Amino acid sequence: MRDELTIEAPVKNRGILENLRTGDVIYLSGLVATARDEAYRRIALMNEEPPLSLEGWAIFHAGPIMKRMNNKWQCLSIGPTTSIRLESYSPSFIERTGVSIIIGKGGMGRGTAEACRKHRAIYAVFPGGCGVLGASFVKEVIDVKWLELGIPEAMWILRVERLGPLIVTIDATGRNMAEEVKSEAKSRMNEALSTIREGLTKKRMHEEKP
Amino acid sequence: MNSAGNALEDLVYRFIATVAVVLPDDVSNKLLELARMENSPYGKIIYNAVLRNNELARSRKLPLCQDTGTPEFQVAFGEGFKHKEELLAAIRKAVAKATLNGFLRPNAVDPVYNKNTGDNMGRILPWIDVELVPRSSDAVVQLYLAGGGSTRASGAVVVDPADGWEGVFRFILELIAEKGMYTCPPLMVLGVGVGPTISIATRLSKKALLRPLGARSPDPWVSEMELALEKAINKLGIGPQGLGGAGSVGEVHIEYGERHPASMAVAVTTSCWALRKGQLIIRNDYSFDVTTHRGGLIDA
Repeated sequence: MRDELTIEAPVKNRGILENLRTGDVIYLSGLVATARDEAYRRIALMNEEPPLSLEGWAIFHAGPIMKRMNNKWQCLSIGPTTSIRLESYSPSFIERTGVSIIIGKGGMGRGTAEACRKHRAIYAVFPGGCGVLGASFVKEVIDVKWLELGIPEAMWILRVERLGPLIVTIDATGRNMAEEVKSEAKSRMNEALSTIREGLTKKRMHEEKP
Repeated sequence: MNSAGNALEDLVYRFIATVAVVLPDDVSNKLLELARMENSPYGKIIYNAVLRNNELARSRKLPLCQDTGTPEFQVAFGEGFKHKEELLAAIRKAVAKATLNGFLRPNAVDPVYNKNTGDNMGRILPWIDVELVPRSSDAVVQLYLAGGGSTRASGAVVVDPADGWEGVFRFILELIAEKGMYTCPPLMVLGVGVGPTISIATRLSKKALLRPLGARSPDPWVSEMELALEKAINKLGIGPQGLGGAGSVGEVHIEYGERHPASMAVAVTTSCWALRKGQLIIRNDYSFDVTTHRGGLIDA
């Protein structure tokens, strides 16, 4: 487990990503764009052009709380949203935009892992629920696109400094830690059911209560 | 609006802000306990971030998670409480104001026109469940912020009575093995409701979710099932944020009622680690108590 590596985004040389492995902990400085359900739908499903070129960019699955103060947007709270919702659009989104780092939570599926392998991209988890911590790394709200989608769904362009910890769970070889945890959980199902039976002093569940 | 109405609106507004910014005492204590217990390599990193985040949220008075969820209110009016209409109006106004001031994210999306209403108001929102309590003159307001991700592993099914509790356990374990990792685990409380129909079971599961941590079912057999389910879910090894680890759930709470001879409905309502809830008791003279947050309401 590698720690404390800071990556500059947009990523110009993907070699640095290729050296990362699942479980590595990284931080991100530079520019990041938020994109979630509606942005994914527009780009991946409706074939709309992204509002700016995202080649090499870092994308954050997030819907922040923003407040307009003195004619400038301020980020009050920003953390990851559940990435798996975007799984079906994800391979096409990666292909069409050329993004190199995807930040979210909960992990993604096989399609994303395959697309990461093909396009030398990675997926990393920022601790979910940590909205104020996330906002503390946002140094400037640079721009907003597609604001008509509403504040959570708009594409926010942010300048961040050492956004992290980011735990890599899909690397550029296509290895997928979330899938590993999930299949392990499923394989323990029967064992877990036996735990319940053993935990109950009443052996037969249809017996009357004590 | 008269000044008393304004006072109620201000009170509910501060209550909403407090629930979005500060974890209730029971959740906060359980979180520390889970953090101490976790020995996975990533657990430490995650809990460090979580605890730092919660401190920052409190000191900066900002919503600890950007997803402030769907605000679900439950109001138990004592029959003798005199300001019922005023309080309901105050809740609506306070939700809009809390949204405007950044304590709530605008989370109300019209599904037909695919448009965010912008202020958490809408056809059914803010959601307020009302019940009437005889021989009381207080109003008890409960607020739960139901996050989008945290409710993702929720589900309900009707199992055959012949399968009974075995069917219930299997349903819960399959649900959590498949979806638990997407809900910001550890799931602070997994609320289980069992009853005759899905709609009744769902209400019971919400009651289970809001039961204070540490309070077991008064029924000895049910509390045994709660503990056994906790052990079993932790055995799945999902861990903090689904990165693997020992603690996947804080507590399992089960609330049950009679089933139908032909059906046993089970509903599961899940919460993320950041279970944001609060309880406010308001009396006729407008004095109040917050029973969930030792530090009281924040100034917002």
